Amino acid sequence: MIALFYIAAIIAVIATVAVILQTNIVHGLLYLILSLLAVAVIFYVLGAPFAAVLEAIVYAGAIMVLFLFVIMMLNLGQHTRDQERSWLTPRGWIVPSLLAAVLLGQLVNVMSQIDHELIPAQIGVMEVSALLFGPYVLAVELASILLLAGLVAAYHLAKTK
Amino acid sequence: MSLEIGSFLSIGLILGVVIITAALLITVERRLLGFWQERLGPNRVGWFGSLQVVADMIKIFTKEDWVPPFADKFSFVIAPGIIMTVVLLSFAVIPFAPNIGVIDSNIGVLFILAMASLGAYSVMLGGLSSDNKYALLGSLRAAAQMVSYEVFMGISLLGVVALTGSFNMREIVESQADGWYIIPQFIGFVIFLIAGVAESHRLPFDIPEAEQEICAGYHTEYSGMKFGMFFVAEYIGLVLISSLITVLFFGGWLGPEFLPPILWFSIKAFAFIAFFILMRAAVPRPRYDQLMSYGWLFLLPLSLVNLLITGVIILSMQ
Repeated sequence: MIALFYIAAIIAVIATVAVILQTNIVHGLLYLILSLLAVAVIFYVLGAPFAAVLEAIVYAGAIMVLFLFVIMMLNLGQHTRDQERSWLTPRGWIVPSLLAAVLLGQLVNVMSQIDHELIPAQIGVMEVSALLFGPYVLAVELASILLLAGLVAAYHLAKTK
Repeated sequence: MSLEIGSFLSIGLILGVVIITAALLITVERRLLGFWQERLGPNRVGWFGSLQVVADMIKIFTKEDWVPPFADKFSFVIAPGIIMTVVLLSFAVIPFAPNIGVIDSNIGVLFILAMASLGAYSVMLGGLSSDNKYALLGSLRAAAQMVSYEVFMGISLLGVVALTGSFNMREIVESQADGWYIIPQFIGFVIFLIAGVAESHRLPFDIPEAEQEICAGYHTEYSGMKFGMFFVAEYIGLVLISSLITVLFFGGWLGPEFLPPILWFSIKAFAFIAFFILMRAAVPRPRYDQLMSYGWLFLLPLSLVNLLITGVIILSMQ
């Protein structure tokens, strides 16, 4: 199982870097989907099958579909690819790389101090639901209000046409 | 080698039988359509046209596999592969019989929904990468249709999940020993049936590929085996939806003892396949806006009310 974790983690890292490096937006989106699916596999390996399948349904299956839907409507061609390429200059990499290196250093520092013992515990649907509708019920309600507000706003925007 | 869940024999049998059934369905569908529309159908090749599928396969395998020079090659090539992969992966959690299946998963129903939502990429990428107006129109329609009907498909299943208390497909089948879920969940069944047809975009919901309006929709530019994969995946999707209805609402492998469980499963699943083909022969295609407003204004409230009533009844029975 732990080998599966490392394979999925490597795929996730490579795919996420590829999202940044891709100049073709559709290919970049495909790498992002791959990265999300790799994260879903990581969740599954770590004993959270419900979180894993929700990651696949919500992020990879619903949100990214809407991204692709918007891209289809925008009619992007060669000129956006050239524009993307002109933005990815070597000089633009310096500051973000430095900042990311600092963060990576901190992460390695923190990780080296904690115990790596992996205790595979299965967190099923029941456990997650009991938490969501127990201690975290306020967060669930707030999220649903936010979604309802988004729905009303979308209805309003579509109606005035 | 013994026949048990997850054994190589079981996996190989499922894959082989599903793909061969899907290929044979192409002929079966044409013959049945001919029968219902009072014409002959393909009856020349082999005994009553039974070898028609072989002729079709030889033709499609030897055709030129052409990628248009203006297409985005990467997306164009992987699009048919995605739909084949996700549809075949969905069969991993289907319980065919007590001892036949790939995995016994606690998230079976959710896994099917995840695979169904990933299937949308295939038609979207196929249309987008073709760089063709008809293909783009087709995949825009497909995207909106599949994303919308996924919602009702998921909600209509929740009644069954609530009655069983599990997402595990085997437990869903076993809990139907006292009575199939078609009786308490009739509304859920009807919504799932409609959403299932829309999800596999078969007639009468084949709006993404409506030949009379937009050429062939998202696979206009496809030829050879790449088109063949879209085509066969549609039939595998038909087998999948029929198997799902059998498992979720009609007791899966359960049935009187005089036939083995796998045979009961096959009989029920084939009855639904035949029903879907009859629907193709009998029901006209709706308009695109009719499909959308029917889904969001009728099916969504209905499925929510169904879930609410199911919840109230379960709570009051406790």
